[in-house]
Amino acid sequence: MEIAPLGDSALIVRVRESFDGAPDETLNAVLATRRLLENAQLPGVIELAPAYTTVAIFFDPVLIVAAGAKPNEVFDWLAERIRKVISNAKEVRADRIKTSLVEIPVCYDAEFAPDLEEVARRAGLGAQEVVDLYNATEYRVHCIGFTPGFPFLGGLPSKLATPRRSTPRKEIPAGSVAIGGAQAGIYPVKSPGGWNLIGRTPLRLFDPQKKPPALLRAGDRVRFRAISREEFEQNKL
Amino acid sequence: MSATVIRAGFLSAVQDLGRAGYRQFGVSLGGALDPHALRVANLLVGNEESAAGLETTFGGLKLRFADERLVAWSGGEFDARSGSTLLPAGHPVLIREGEELVIERPKTGCRAWIAISGGVEAPLVLGSRSTDLRGNFGGKDGRVLRDGDKVTLGRNSERAKILTERLREEKIARWKPPHDWSSPAKREPTLRIIRGSDWNRFDDAAVQRLTADKFIVSPDSDRMGVRFEGPQLKRNDLVDLVSEAVAPGTIQIPPSGKPILLLGDCQTIGGYPKIAHVITVDLPMAAQLRAGDEVRFGEVTLVDAHQLLINREQNLEQFRHGLQAHFS
Repeated sequence: MEIAPLGDSALIVRVRESFDGAPDETLNAVLATRRLLENAQLPGVIELAPAYTTVAIFFDPVLIVAAGAKPNEVFDWLAERIRKVISNAKEVRADRIKTSLVEIPVCYDAEFAPDLEEVARRAGLGAQEVVDLYNATEYRVHCIGFTPGFPFLGGLPSKLATPRRSTPRKEIPAGSVAIGGAQAGIYPVKSPGGWNLIGRTPLRLFDPQKKPPALLRAGDRVRFRAISREEFEQNKL
Repeated sequence: MSATVIRAGFLSAVQDLGRAGYRQFGVSLGGALDPHALRVANLLVGNEESAAGLETTFGGLKLRFADERLVAWSGGEFDARSGSTLLPAGHPVLIREGEELVIERPKTGCRAWIAISGGVEAPLVLGSRSTDLRGNFGGKDGRVLRDGDKVTLGRNSERAKILTERLREEKIARWKPPHDWSSPAKREPTLRIIRGSDWNRFDDAAVQRLTADKFIVSPDSDRMGVRFEGPQLKRNDLVDLVSEAVAPGTIQIPPSGKPILLLGDCQTIGGYPKIAHVITVDLPMAAQLRAGDEVRFGEVTLVDAHQLLINREQNLEQFRHGLQAHFS
């Protein structure tokens, strides 16, 4: 497993070389590696950040030296301990990753879905068919990033894949449900963005007052359910 | 007690040392773009190093204090005054009830950090008082300061009270920390870098230009990152990269070939190739870059980067120790 510096205060553990061939297996291996590293509580480590094929480890070089590393061996000292943690585990039990299924209600009214027609046109489907196909699919959160709480969802039916807009929008409302290339996602906070908007959820995906602050975590499974405009307004927080 | 923001200036906000621990939820580190400067300023006024202070970009900030406070600031080459008294960077100053602190526009650099004894008492959100300007939380209601805002201040520490008594006559302390700690701005800085994991995706000409040519800071820069005009660095391959973690200091190369140096408010993951990383001890200079500045990059080793950081921390420990005399 490759371990590479990410500047002088972080490193990246490359769990898999690529992601496309086996997205689910890759995700499980990343999450299992993260859990091993989390449980190991290595000295000087500040936090772990998983992404598609990697787990990033942020650390404080000063604390690594305080823990016994020579100042000219900080990276090697930590990398060696990371390798030990990973290789000492009898096996990375990817099957034991606990995932929850989260249902996201979405209102697909035209007002919330300025790009639904474009997605439908490219797919050669009607707008309602796009919505039905989108809702019939189970997605998985491959990572959280871009903005606080933004889930990158894998599992989008290939028919619905739609390139990002050539000019990003300056402001996308919070809760917007979107397609960007072969991925689906939800904008948790108002932000600029280039994905195609097909609906909006009344749920808050990110609330800094909550623990944890994000509704979704890497590994979670997600399903969308169509709701009426009325139901959207009732559930809007 | 509190301080009133008479003028907020171009962009001023509450910041501490950042919001570590929430990258897995997409939350940026944020915090003071030069955390070392804020730590030093806090020490100078008898605060915990992690206390929240104010960060101002391009100045124009005017505060009025409702009670007696020690204040110290560090950052770019700003004119700072209290009444008719000029306040140089890195010197603790006693500001009395009703007096004002003014930070004008900078001659060099663009940001300053202001530590106030007692610290800024914004609520802790996800373990930090920093303002997250993209997520709109933390700091003062999740936003930049506005004219008329009241900034709540904590209680002066015992240390602050001791130094306050000492400064009653002279007002400004004559001692200060090492120059680079309180005044990190340079007109034409060379930022030291180490190679990034995608260094080899660029051909020899591109990596040579990175360390030989000058880059000009673009106006399209902010707390998320500094964009550069100048040489365009083209990749060897066109492989689509899978997004992975980025960090403050990361230099990524988008398809335009124009480098982007990420700063404290950068997003947690990114998909552009990472050609290099500015080392931690040079991030204070990076945080001072403004449109038109000319920058060079110089390569060092990872071991150099760690050694420099460890040395700085040892010097800070000595400085902290030396401060005892002024606070006892």
